[in-house]
Amino acid sequence: MKHRLLFTGKKFFRMALLLLGVSLAAFLLMSASPLDPLQTNVGQAALGTMSQEQIARLEEYWGVNEPPLRRYLGWLGDVIRGDLGVSLLYRQPVTQVIGQRLQNSLWLMAAAWVLSGLLGLTLGVLAGARRGRAVDKLIRGWCLLLSSTPAFWLALVLLMIFAVWLKVLPSGLAVPIGVDAASVTLGDRLYHAVLPALTLSMTGMPGIALHTREKMIDVLESDYVLFARARGESNRSILLRHGLRNVALPAITLQFAVISEIFGGSVLVEQVFSYPGLGQAAVTAGLGGDLPLLLGITVVSAAIVFSGNLIADLLYGVVDPKIRRGAARA
Amino acid sequence: MNGFNRRRAALCLLVLTLGLLCAVTAAGTLLAGQAMVTDFTRKNLPPCVPFLFGTDWMGRDMLSRTLTGLSLSIRIGLLTAAVSAGIALLVGACSALLGGWVDGALSWFVDLVMGIPHILLVILISLAFGKGFAGVVAGVALSHWTSLARVVRGEVLQVRAMPYVQVAEKLGLSRWAILRRHLLPHLLPQFLTGLVLLFPHAILHEASVTFLGFGLPPEQPAIGVILSESMGYLTTGKWWLAVFPGLSLVGVVVLFALLADQLRRLLDPASVHE
Repeated sequence: MKHRLLFTGKKFFRMALLLLGVSLAAFLLMSASPLDPLQTNVGQAALGTMSQEQIARLEEYWGVNEPPLRRYLGWLGDVIRGDLGVSLLYRQPVTQVIGQRLQNSLWLMAAAWVLSGLLGLTLGVLAGARRGRAVDKLIRGWCLLLSSTPAFWLALVLLMIFAVWLKVLPSGLAVPIGVDAASVTLGDRLYHAVLPALTLSMTGMPGIALHTREKMIDVLESDYVLFARARGESNRSILLRHGLRNVALPAITLQFAVISEIFGGSVLVEQVFSYPGLGQAAVTAGLGGDLPLLLGITVVSAAIVFSGNLIADLLYGVVDPKIRRGAARA
Repeated sequence: MNGFNRRRAALCLLVLTLGLLCAVTAAGTLLAGQAMVTDFTRKNLPPCVPFLFGTDWMGRDMLSRTLTGLSLSIRIGLLTAAVSAGIALLVGACSALLGGWVDGALSWFVDLVMGIPHILLVILISLAFGKGFAGVVAGVALSHWTSLARVVRGEVLQVRAMPYVQVAEKLGLSRWAILRRHLLPHLLPQFLTGLVLLFPHAILHEASVTFLGFGLPPEQPAIGVILSESMGYLTTGKWWLAVFPGLSLVGVVVLFALLADQLRRLLDPASVHE
């Protein structure tokens, strides 16, 4: 037990250090940008008509003249107190903007995450078990095609088919237009999330399916499966008892590694469906030069990715008896 | 079927895909001028015989726009994948050969880069370089090296522990000779395959980032720009503006993926006798 705690503690420390690194890297990249936030948000024409004082006030608001190092240290000091700053575009605390957006995105991403994992695992196991047959070829071709398809184009095509052509699903947004927030039902929300979630799950699925297939083939070629076959075990029992148990470990790794990919996909998919989630906020913040918001989103998304890795590491011990006993012995 | 084994079939396929990609690049470069020509007498034409991919709201020929965009994508893909693979080789080899705290620091840095969702990192780097061509090239090139660097590091560590390298060290061969004679020949196939496998990712990310507005400028006929412009015309039923350019992009990416597959089959010693 003590080892598990020590292991977890070490991982947490490493994660905190990495998050610090991520925030510094993101901050440096943003402050190195030659793009002037005043030009992008106010415009050349409007700036020309302004007085020096007005421009100076705007410069102070956007933090143009503050030295980067002092700005970063100030930001870091606030973060330790739980304050991520104020978004320059939304004029709300960053924590509030992210919280709101995350609520919308989280359901979307969670649905896509579960769906892509289930689909990927099923297809991967199926293809691996029927290696070389028509099913395998079909699944592999499908995965190759999907992994070569940009997420935003897939979103566009699905949008065209289901919203413009068949008119069965809404063409965007998270809630119906012209309805006040109190009377939006859960059904409405689900109805609007179907297409984005479906598109998003397609971006994570091929990787999981192809890797699971490889692993499944390895397992089925092993000596213990040969022995099981010689003992007269049925194919079904071999697949369930030997195949699935041994595929479980890499499946966990893949399932948690795909989080980063799904987050990346959500940036694109939310943009196409005008879905007011975290990804869309990231694009808005990036285009508008909203440093605190983009920094906040980067750190939060990196924290989600690192937590995923941490959970995967901890789950290994639960799933794999070899690691569990190894840790107990050490 | 004697004399036409799987190796030779793979080689044929490799040449074919390479030829196709070169043809697309050449056609796109030649048609670059035509992609900008506007003609309001022929605007919004659905696909027909003179304009196979249709025309847009300014009467520009979508076929030449698509080809120009693809050739731009392929060239950016080649450039970024090469730079990315170079960084991967350098980081991976340094990490494995120098060891100690250098290894620790570089591994930490790889974890850091991998922790930021890919698109977000490309956006951040592109912003740092002021968007546009420089932004997108830097963004894609500086963000794709991590997994290949890990592969290179693992390979170098593995080869260095091999008996024949140990013997070579005991025989007094210089470090440089070992690197050149034993490490490089072993690494090259893995590295080349990794390099080609980077192309599809690089092309897809270039298109995605341009689509979001952080990449190539809107006046350039890049696939990302074409698709992002088509968004405004989808609800009016102009499906050809999005379908054909996207499909061609998928086609090019699939070609690159096939290319990598054939190359691996040819270079992998395990499949020499197939």
